[in-house]
Formats: sequence, structure tokens, C-alpha cells
Amino acid sequence: MKILVAIKRVVDYAVKIRVKPDKSGVETSNVKMSMNPFCEIALEEALRIKESGRASEVVAVSIGPAQCADTLRTGLAMGADRAIHVEYPGTLYPLSVAKIFKSLVDAEKPGLLLLGKQAIDDDCNQTGQMIAGLLKWPQGTFASKVVLDEQNKVVTVDREVDGGLETLSLDLPAVITTDLRLNQPRYATLPNIMKAKSKAIKKLSPKDLNVEIRSDLEVVQVTEPPKRKAGVILSSVDELIDRLKNEARVI
Amino acid sequence: MKNLTAVSRLLRRSSRSLFDRRSNLTFLGAFCSSSSGLSYKSLQTCEQFTQDDCFHKKVMSKRIYFLRGYGVGIQSNGLRTHHRSLASIASTPERNKSFATINSDDISYFKKVLGERGVIQDEEKLDDANTDWMRKYKGSSKLMLQPRSTQEVSQILDYCNSRCLAVVPQGGNTGLVGGSIPVYDEVIINIGSMNNILSFDKVSGILVCEAGCILENLISFLDNEGYIMPLDLGAKGSCQIGGNVSTNAGGLRLLRYGSLHGSVLGLEVVLANGTVLDMLGTLRKDNTGYDLKHLFIGSEGSLGIVTKVSILTPPKLSSVNVAFLACEDYLSCQKILLEAKRKLGEILSAFEFLDINAMDLVLKQLDGLRDPLPSSKHNFYVLIETTGSMESHDKEKLEAFLVQAIESGLLTDGVVAQDINQASSFWRIREGVPEALLKAGATYKYDLSLPPEKMYDLVEEMRGRLGAAANVVAYGHLGDGNLHLNISTQQYDDNILSKIEPFVYEWTSKQRGSISAEHGVGLMKASKIHYSKSAETVQTMAAIKKVLDHNGILNPYKVLPTSVLSESGGQEPKKES
Ligand SMILES: Cc1cc2nc3c(=O)[nH]c(=O)nc-3n(C[C@H](O)[C@H](O)[C@H](O)COP(=O)(O)OP(=O)(O)OC[C@H]3O[C@@H](n4cnc5c(N)ncnc54)[C@H](O)[C@@H]3O)c2cc1C
Repeated sequence: MKILVAIKRVVDYAVKIRVKPDKSGVETSNVKMSMNPFCEIALEEALRIKESGRASEVVAVSIGPAQCADTLRTGLAMGADRAIHVEYPGTLYPLSVAKIFKSLVDAEKPGLLLLGKQAIDDDCNQTGQMIAGLLKWPQGTFASKVVLDEQNKVVTVDREVDGGLETLSLDLPAVITTDLRLNQPRYATLPNIMKAKSKAIKKLSPKDLNVEIRSDLEVVQVTEPPKRKAGVILSSVDELIDRLKNEARVI
Repeated sequence: MKNLTAVSRLLRRSSRSLFDRRSNLTFLGAFCSSSSGLSYKSLQTCEQFTQDDCFHKKVMSKRIYFLRGYGVGIQSNGLRTHHRSLASIASTPERNKSFATINSDDISYFKKVLGERGVIQDEEKLDDANTDWMRKYKGSSKLMLQPRSTQEVSQILDYCNSRCLAVVPQGGNTGLVGGSIPVYDEVIINIGSMNNILSFDKVSGILVCEAGCILENLISFLDNEGYIMPLDLGAKGSCQIGGNVSTNAGGLRLLRYGSLHGSVLGLEVVLANGTVLDMLGTLRKDNTGYDLKHLFIGSEGSLGIVTKVSILTPPKLSSVNVAFLACEDYLSCQKILLEAKRKLGEILSAFEFLDINAMDLVLKQLDGLRDPLPSSKHNFYVLIETTGSMESHDKEKLEAFLVQAIESGLLTDGVVAQDINQASSFWRIREGVPEALLKAGATYKYDLSLPPEKMYDLVEEMRGRLGAAANVVAYGHLGDGNLHLNISTQQYDDNILSKIEPFVYEWTSKQRGSISAEHGVGLMKASKIHYSKSAETVQTMAAIKKVLDHNGILNPYKVLPTSVLSESGGQEPKKES
């Protein structure tokens, strides 16, 4: 069985986000970009499934500008067998991404599609669900445990829901989106970085896949969340009571 | 459309903070138990509490809280009992009888100058300030003063000098040689309340701030401006720039940005008699007369109290790469260093090493860390950091270098951080060693400058001498020829000490090394200074001390041997008013 994993290049999660002065978006020039942490978890899960002998190949896919190739290299250095880069320089919204994936699935015929539950840049949390819809495949989102039974062609997924854990059994092929606690992704070791250099990254365009990129959405403005006001340290209880009474007027 | 914008604004931080929550789960333990303040994660948590002008105070109080929390943890482990009495009482000089003791008039005077808030007599607070970071040294001061301006520092020093009250300047109290705590009843002058940033020039990168600014706060202030501090060390969450300057701290970036003698452009210092020396220049070049500021860089509070610092900061470069590597023998570590200097020259920003004992200790003692190379154990680990301005170029260069090193057998294994989170967890291992040692029990710490090719011989000899009695742990700034040799034992034991000292000092002296590479001399090595400095040099130091601090009230018993100080004469300089 082949596993397809979606990988997105995003602003590194440890970087403090800055909004562009013209409020058209988030500053990304000269900013450290890395693999979306949720995608890293999805890839790790795929690699573990393969290492346990339940899958034969892990293919990493990234859609976006030329530099996505770097992110795919990281994926290959973690252990993916090969990569596909669908190059598109402009803004992409989940539905377009989902359509591209549908087209890739038709060509690659994987038994399982793994994605992060969301990307930390736009926080959409839609792509996995949309792909499942387009493919008419069962979906398990927010997975915190994945157990694959390839003999019976089912996968059991534990989901973290508000009330606790929900366990689903999905027929393969299926779409799974991964949550934080699923696993701890591995580091890229030197031997694997070396091996990755000889692995192939296949380049495609949306056109090659017969997908037309368009969107009904337009970003009007991006602004920072309001700053929290600083607290003050008061010197006595009396002062506190006074402030609560006369300033905050809560007592 | 309006709605969409609103939603995207609300969600902007959500998954990031969600992700932080996971990270904090694993990092929380480490964070709470860390007095070193920690890395990116802890900073982010703090950001929620901080705000523009209130910024510094806030973060500081939080840090101190954690530091205290740690102290409590230690107490329950029973480690608090390892104090100086058990450490090395033999080398501590008698209390100097010419020093006065505090009386109620003194207290009223200090309250008049500093207000109630600046005069601390609270036992619990004093207990912390009387105890050093390692819980090895403990003084018995009954008074801590917290001035808020240079003027206040000047007034209280003038007063102490006239009364012959001994004082100990204290910054973040993270010093590792017993320099920051009183030996007897010296008045503690804590600079922590002087924590304002005074100016920052965006073009030149020159920062002027008060001495009590916590290093990590300066780092995050500069981060917003697109600059970094030229020094970084594991104690950044607590140590202060004034303390860094006074110890001439080296740290993790010295290899790239040089020592504070190069990056500090100016200082404001208050002398023992209250005279304020304004040397707060912001010029890169200034050859007018003697460059006195250098006397105060590394003088460990024995010549004056640093109140303001002007420092040249390098721009923050966008591409930072970190690799965590394994070598089988020490010779390979050296060869890797040489190769790294040749092949990564202009982007190399740190070259640190740990031996297997250090690595084992960190992984065992600190929570939330994982072995980056879990498949097998290695004798040596090396952390390499590169800093440059073009990610693709730097990465390619680093990887080519590493691939060649692994192919030639110099390296046995290694990992390269793929994002900032991974980079900080590699750093956390290296930066966590002092903390892990602290948790493991008592530590005899030696901070030596040695020729790199000889450095590890000492470690092996020491293991031979001590056998199973102690865990000999080695790590340090290999790129700077600086070994941190640590002998970790259950508790301080004079028997073990006698096997370490004077052997370690004699060995170092024979190699013409330094018995204090970056931590300073403090109380621990005041009587040992002759192992690294000639008699004439020490005499000259004593003469300078006498000129600047006639009564010897500033940090007595530290830095210079008391015997040398009592010999040297001198005239007290007149103070202008
Ligand atoms: C976890 C850890 C890691 C460390 N890593 C390194 C490292 O990599 N490199 C390194 O060089 N050091 C390191 N150190 C030790 C280092 O010396 C201190 O951390 C730091 O430089 C001291 O700053 P501080 O504010 O804590 O000073 P303190 O400990 O309070 O004082 C240190 C000395 O300076 C004097 N002093 C403090 N403030 C002033 C002032 N304003 N005016 C005059 N004198 C003053 C004190 O009297 C004392 O003698 C480490 C310490 C720890 C705990």
C-alpha cells in the first residue's frame, strides 16, 4: 500500500508573526520557514506505518512556491521515499488544494492519505475534509491514534473530541488528519539527509493536473490581535480595594 | 468580506497557541525547574504577561519566581545543606575586623535615601540573596539594598565607605565562583531594580541600558528591532548585563562575536567612595587616554559598581542552522573544529562539546529532553551552529561539510535541526548541563582555558585519580579552548577535594592555561590566582584596587588574595562633590 502525505511550508512556529505594514498579509520575507508541525506529525505517522511493514511507499506532496522543494527535502530526509511538488506561486485556498490532491490521488492511487489537521498559518482546518468529500472517502480527523489493519482493509482512528476520545473504524482507502499528540516526529539524521539527496522530487503544475486555481475569497485586511494591557503591581490591599472600587468599579 | 477578516484575525494565533500548549506540556517541567530561564517556548509564555514599558519588571518578577520555585525543590531534596561549611572552609579568610557592623542609624539612613521598598531585611528574601546558584556558598548578610538610580548607588556607597561597611554588588546571582554572595555580613547591593533600556540606535546597533537589565529581556527587546546580543549563555533568564560585564562572561557566541572587551563600548561605574565615572561612550573608536572601562569588565564588583552599559549589538541574521553531532574520540572533535573553521568560517557561530558523561547526566536529570541520536551511545557530542543571511547557501554549505565529515569518519552520526523548535531542543541539551549537575548533587566546578589538544587529557587524568568516587563530567566551549570540568559527587567531601586541588590548578598552570576562563575568580579562586598570574601582576592589581577602593569595602575576600591586599599601600583619591 502506498501512503500519500501532504506537507505545507509555513512560517516557523517559533517565529513571532509580524503583519506587513500595508496590512495585506503576514511578513514572510527574511523569515524562517519550516514544515507545518501538524504535517510533520502526519509524515512521521506514515513513516511508522511503513516501518511496521504495513505500507510499501511514502510519498510526500507539497503545493506552493519554488521553495517548497526545501520543505520536501526535509520530508525526504525524515524518510519519505519520493516527493511531488505541485508548483504554484500564488495564494492557495483549501478547495484548490483539495482539487489538486484529488487529481493526484487519481494518478497515484494511494491506500491512505495523511494530512495535518490544519496549517498554522491560515488555520483553515478544511483541506482534509474537502479532499475526503471530493474523493467520497471516509475521513478520520484530529487523529491521536492510528491503527492500520491492511488485511481487513480498515483503519481505526482515535479522535480527540471535546468530551474525550472517539474511536472510528474507517474502510480503506481513507483520509486521516493528524492531531498533536499522535506522535513525536523524528529528527533528520545525516545519513538520511545524504540519502535524500538522491531521491526524486517530481515537479507538476496545477495545469498538468487539470485543476484551475480560482477562489471566491479575497483577503481584505490582516491585522494584529489587540495588545493586552499591562498589569500593575500594587503595594497594599487598601490600594487594591481603592482601585477596584474607584477605577474598575467592580465592588 | 468583513466577516472573513474578523474571523481570520481571531484565529490568527489559535493553532499556534494550541501547538504551544503541546510543547509546553513537555517543556513545562523543564521550564518550571529551570533557573536558566530557557528558550523560545518560555519566552512565548512570558510574552502574554509583558507589555511595553512594564515589560522588564514583569518578566523579571516572573523569572525570579521560577528561580525561587527551584530553590524550594532543591530544599526538599535536602541539597540545601551543602553549604560552604562543607565545601571548602579552609580557603575562606577570616572576617576583616576593620569593617563595621550595621546599626539602626545605618538602616534609617538607607531608608531615607532608598525609601522603605529599597531596604530589604526580610529573612526569606535575604536567604535567597545570601545563597549562590549552586547552593555551595552561603553568607549571613542582614541587609540588602535595591537602589533605583546611579545617584542612589552613589549615595549609599559614599555612606558605606565613610562607615567602613563592606558591600557585595549583586546582579542575577548566577555567578559560579561564589562572587555574588556575601562571605560574612556584607551589605548586598542588588542592581536588579535598575532595569531600563535607555536608548537603542537602529543604524549602529548600539544599545545603552541600565546594569540590572536581565540578559534575556535585552535579547527579546533587540529581537523586535532585528538585532541580537553579542553574548548568550544558559543563565540568560536570570543574569543581568551588569553581572555579565562584571564577570566578563563569555558564553555561547564568543567564537563569533568576541569578548565583552570588544563589544562593550562604554560603562557608567560608581566607585567605592561614591564617585560616578561617566565612561558611557557610544563610539567605536576613542583613543583618549587610558581606556578605564576595561578595568571594570571582569573585575567582579571589586573595583566599582556598574550602573549603565553601552554595548554594540550585531544585526540578527535570518538563517540559523544547528547540528548535533557524534564523535567517537576527542581527536575527531578537534579535527572537526579545524574543518569547521576552514569550511564554515564566516558563518560559524558556535562550537560546543559534551562528553558522554555530560550527555548521560542531562538526559537523566532534566525532564522533557530526548536524545537526538538515540540509536547508540557516543563518546563525544558536538553542537555546531551557523548564522548567516542566506538559508539555502548556509544549509548547503553546512550539509556538504557534514557529509564530508561523516564520509571521512570524523563523525559517527548527527542530526540537523529542520526548524527552530528542533534547534532549541539541541541547545537545551548543551545549556542544561549546569542545571543537571546541580540536580545531581554537589559539584566541584573548574572553568579552564587550555590548549584544545591538551584539554581532554586532564579529564582522563582526573578520572584516573578519582575512580568510582565521583562522576567526572566535561563539556564546554571547545571553539574557544574553554573546558568546563565538573566533578559531581553526592556531597562535598574534603577527601575528594584534596584529590582534585591543587592538582587541577597545577596541571593547568603547567600548560600555561587559565584557572578561570570565563566564570571569574570570586571567592572560590581568590587565593589561587597565582596559578595563572605572576606575582608582579597580582601586586599591580592590588595597587589598582587600593587606589579605587581604599578601604577595601567592595566585594572583600574575592578576586585577589587577602594577603596581597593587606601588603599594598596607597592614597585614597579625593572625591569631588
Ligand atoms: C546555567 C548557567 C550557565 C552559565 N553559563 C555561562 C557561560 O556560558 N559563560 C559564562 O561566562 N558564564 C556562565 N555562567 C556564569 C556567569 O558568570 C553568570 O551567569 C553571569 O555572567 C553573572 O551575571 P549575574 O547578573 O548573575 O551576576 P552575579 O552572579 O550576581 O554576580 C557575578 C559577579 O559580578 C558582580 N556584579 C554583579 N553585578 C554587578 C554590577 N552591576 N556591578 C559590579 N559588580 C557586579 C558580583 O559582585 C559578582 O562578583 C553560567 C551560570 C549559570 C548558572
